[in-house]
Amino acid sequence: MKTFRIGGVHPHDNKIYSAHQPIRECPLPDKAIIPLVQHIGAPAQAVVEKGQKVKVGELIAKAGGFVSANIHSPVSGTVTKIDVTSDAWGMKMPAIFIDVEGDEWLESIDRSTDVIRECSLEPKEIINCIQEAGIVGLGGACFPTHVKLMPPPGKKAEVLIVNGVECEPYLTCDHQLMLEHGEEIMTGIQILMRALGIQKAVIGIEKNKPDAIARMKELASRTLGVEVQPLRLKYPQGGEKQLIDACIRRQVPSGALPIEVGAVVDNVATIYAVYEAVQKHKPLISRVMTVTGKSVEKPGNYSVRFGTPLTQVVAEAGGVPEDTGKIIGGGPMMGRAMNNIDMPANKRVSGLLFLPEAESRRTEPENCIRCGKCVDACPMGLEPYLLSKQAEKKMWDEMEQHDVMDCIDCGCCLFTCPSHRPLLDYIRMGKATVGGIIRARAAKK
Amino acid sequence: MKPLIVSPAPHAHSGDSVRKNMLLVIAALLPAYAVSLVAFGWGALITTLISVAACVCTEWVVAKYILKEKPTLGDCSAVLTGLLLAFNLPSNLPWWIVIIGAVVAIGVGKMTFGGLGQNPFNPALVGRVFLLISFPVQMTTWPQPQGFAGGYTDAVTGATPLSYLKNVLKGQGDMAASLPDLKDALLGMTGGSLGEVCALALIAGGIFLICMRVITWHIPVSILATVAVCAALTGWCGILPADMCTGQYVAYTLLTGGLMLGAFFMATDYVTSPMTGWGKIIFGIGIGLIVMVIRTWGAYPEGMSFAILIMNACVPLLNRIRPRRFGEKVRAAATDKK
Repeated sequence: MKTFRIGGVHPHDNKIYSAHQPIRECPLPDKAIIPLVQHIGAPAQAVVEKGQKVKVGELIAKAGGFVSANIHSPVSGTVTKIDVTSDAWGMKMPAIFIDVEGDEWLESIDRSTDVIRECSLEPKEIINCIQEAGIVGLGGACFPTHVKLMPPPGKKAEVLIVNGVECEPYLTCDHQLMLEHGEEIMTGIQILMRALGIQKAVIGIEKNKPDAIARMKELASRTLGVEVQPLRLKYPQGGEKQLIDACIRRQVPSGALPIEVGAVVDNVATIYAVYEAVQKHKPLISRVMTVTGKSVEKPGNYSVRFGTPLTQVVAEAGGVPEDTGKIIGGGPMMGRAMNNIDMPANKRVSGLLFLPEAESRRTEPENCIRCGKCVDACPMGLEPYLLSKQAEKKMWDEMEQHDVMDCIDCGCCLFTCPSHRPLLDYIRMGKATVGGIIRARAAKK
Repeated sequence: MKPLIVSPAPHAHSGDSVRKNMLLVIAALLPAYAVSLVAFGWGALITTLISVAACVCTEWVVAKYILKEKPTLGDCSAVLTGLLLAFNLPSNLPWWIVIIGAVVAIGVGKMTFGGLGQNPFNPALVGRVFLLISFPVQMTTWPQPQGFAGGYTDAVTGATPLSYLKNVLKGQGDMAASLPDLKDALLGMTGGSLGEVCALALIAGGIFLICMRVITWHIPVSILATVAVCAALTGWCGILPADMCTGQYVAYTLLTGGLMLGAFFMATDYVTSPMTGWGKIIFGIGIGLIVMVIRTWGAYPEGMSFAILIMNACVPLLNRIRPRRFGEKVRAAATDKK
């Protein structure tokens, strides 16, 4: 069975808590807060004003540039203010506050659930539709999807790689989406292939989801050019570069994007959003989130409109468990521990993980015993023990020469270190500093 | 809601720890220890206990009173060093020499550099070589396997298979007939240091460690392969006496002396071995070559300790070998194009 060729670790997948829980709609909030930064790139600019009435799906903020995304209202009601809000990590950003009234949708949106399989739009029209709908990568990175579909001159796309891997432990929203909306996803894949002008797509799914593999294989057998690639269970298989290496045996060079090797990678949730945008004229206004953890009362996969306070989503799942020590936005390997859950649901947060206090603390680090397990584990072939030490000693030039900028932040090094050394913490600090040095150097030229 | 913990990602850990790895290595050594008790009896028991106790005490005293740090005995690395040091000694070594060896191994070989993870040389071997040079007579009289029937310091001594092999190479050909059976060499009923005799138990322990991912295959395989190739070449060069064939020579070379103990347990010590795959392979080849040079042409019948210590010195250089970076082939091609 295929897998990526360098490094990787094997955390317990812990998917049992929320696996196979059918997607449940979360009720609408009373007040919705929609941040204007839910994507990589320039913040969106509000196009509504205080007192304006909006419907579901209406454009409320326009993209602030090419690498940016539109934002649409996930609720219907009245805009109360455009103000600054804080997210769960203390970052302040502008947001649109809406008092929710009813659930009135824009007439242009098709709300029926039957699957429309034919698409006769031109590639440019498809990309335009995706751009208008404000679709960004829903795997966690939030990169504007239309940018991926417009390769720079000189680069050509050859294959679409569909990320159905969901390698983070605990998370199951992508899995459930494939089981419940496989046909829509398959249609979305065909739409993207048409937009890119390519004939080949590979769907990567880890082997701990045999039913999803079977379902997508069944659908792929009726679809020209699409094949399913079952993958060995190894973290971080879902990392873009690792997925491309496993599926088509090509490694993206350092500092380059996947288009360099002819690949475009998209998450299944993103592709589902593409289907809804192109076939149902529905912009991106909601996503499926996994709420999970050992002590969560009703762990599962919840469909949430953006702007819904996370406290409400958690209440649907039975509330914050008594023994919670840490709340993580995302999965346990790359997710970020949150200060609170008052922030609204948005395009970025794919899951909420509640860790019991007993599992929330770091262990006291010991001396590095030079076992080399971090070197074996690093999927980018780096030397974490060395980079971490160099960061401690502020040896920025040496870090750059040892390819610290290739680090993908996956956490394999810290996961595997027997001395519990804070390797990734130091490496992250080094990356930030070296990145600044590189940018300053480029600006001078 | 109680205050939340907000430490950085990742929030999961494999559960691996320094202590776990040390305990696994100790567990892998237990079969060999069991055989050494059967072969060398009281000597094996006493030497091991004294060595372990002395190593642990030395580490505790140096850490607490000299370095003024919190002693980290909980990671069991001192226990492991004590066990490995004992395995390198003859079982009839007087107790006070064992203690000196332990103090040098931990005190000089490990703690002077700052404790666990900081030392460039294998501590057990530092202790052993110190004793070899300071007490050459006691360190080169090897008891014969007699179990608990033989005494401790008054055990009957005799030549080891390696010393016979040395004589074979010097041309005293009739010694070839007096080499012990290969079966005895495999199962441990020969003379030698208390941990090195049972090749089978050591190989089993080594394979256990590789399966449990405590060590990787690179160092043991490269050492053993290099030694086998060198032994085969020695045989084909025609310097062996008429009544010993190349195959026999290769087998005896691999199964006797400290080679198995060294290949699986001493050379693979985390702190003093390279960090990358190719570094480890070159490390192993270097050890294999040096050991064969010493065994064939050097004054000592056994060269494993010296070979490992010499290659330990080369480790910082070997660590400059980088692992294969992701996208490396493409990167090389791109720079070629430029």
